[in-house]
Amino acid sequence: MMTRKTPVIHYMNQFFAGIGAEEQAGARPMWFDGSKGPGRLLESADSELQVIGTIAAGDNFMAENLEAGVDAVLALLDTHLAEAADRPKLLLAGPAFNAGRYGMACAAVCMAVQERLGIPAVTALHPENPAVDNYRRQVTIVRAASNVMGMQDAVDGMVRVGMKRVRGEPIVAAADGTLLRGLRQNHFAASSGAERALAMLLKKLSGEQFETEYAMPVFDRVPPAPAIKDLATATLAIVTSGGIVPHGNPDRIESASASKFGAYSIAGLDSLTAETHQSVHGGYDPTYANADPNRVLPLDALRALERAGRFGRLHDIYYATVGNATSVRRAVRFGQEIAAMLVNVGVQAVVFTST
Amino acid sequence: MVKEFERAGLPTAHICSIVPISKTVGANRIVPAVAIPHPLGDPKKPPDEERAIRLALVERALEAITTEIQAQTVFD
Repeated sequence: MMTRKTPVIHYMNQFFAGIGAEEQAGARPMWFDGSKGPGRLLESADSELQVIGTIAAGDNFMAENLEAGVDAVLALLDTHLAEAADRPKLLLAGPAFNAGRYGMACAAVCMAVQERLGIPAVTALHPENPAVDNYRRQVTIVRAASNVMGMQDAVDGMVRVGMKRVRGEPIVAAADGTLLRGLRQNHFAASSGAERALAMLLKKLSGEQFETEYAMPVFDRVPPAPAIKDLATATLAIVTSGGIVPHGNPDRIESASASKFGAYSIAGLDSLTAETHQSVHGGYDPTYANADPNRVLPLDALRALERAGRFGRLHDIYYATVGNATSVRRAVRFGQEIAAMLVNVGVQAVVFTST
Repeated sequence: MVKEFERAGLPTAHICSIVPISKTVGANRIVPAVAIPHPLGDPKKPPDEERAIRLALVERALEAITTEIQAQTVFD
């Protein structure tokens, strides 16, 4: 007798589903019978698993209004589950690596499917994906590499952890390669808490290495800078991670994983135009930004307010990089270097735009 | 990046399309924008209206940098 395979639903973005690139990022969720793209890898990772349906949605459609996006995905799922012979036992989303919009969508879909449909769900993200902090407590997230080079490992991990969840087995972060959820699990230790604490204290006193049993979370929060008191005399600077650079991209800033930022003069310039500036950001459809770069770097509006005396002066140089799968470590360095230069020349506040 | 600016004492308005990401990363002064491919504009609107939208968003950024805050604040 043939064993029945485990029916699975797979969620992915428009890109992995082969619908299109950024020009399709506004695509509403759509249903496909069977597997698509990375869904085929899921099936070959475990012959017991069968992708009965794929839902694909545009990155922008989901990220711009996550709640409405998730509702649309669930509505689509409802329609197709009503007709399906098998109720799915699992939803797998992604892997989304370090892609911000995609990661948010995957994690939000997982959470909704678990809570509203009672179906276990698993996604795979890079630990720096912004969705991790938002969803790690509710969603099982397999640790993935930062980009698609890590596809096979991420797929294998998602399938292994997903099938464990189907069987109702507990997931242990260290052993299963998932990100910590901040949940406590009971286990039996060889010695009591008092003994373990004393042993740890003795090690600490003698300067030996010890490992805490309860790591404190790290919240990197910055106390707000004091507000500008006298805007009419203040010098402001404009900075963007939206990839707006002078036409021709003189510094060759990369369209993803940028390794640098650029500093460009806007002295005497009233507005950006399609002739003077362009977008080199690889994470959104640049059609609108190329047609009118003020849509990302609002020089025309800043000049209008400067002329009206709303603030003192706009700094003659603007800074730009591409915030597309850029590592946090690198972004911190860009921020520190730019901040030092701005403070040095007497800039008092910054308007920062992100796509 | 906006956190490093604030850390250096520069009040910084983060005009951004995906507010949850800005919140998670830890921006202090957040101004929600229009959409990912055109945060400060709307190609579907006539040019005058689009400029007015952009002006209003930058005005809100000015409000953000002139407002004393104790914790992360969304200006919308």
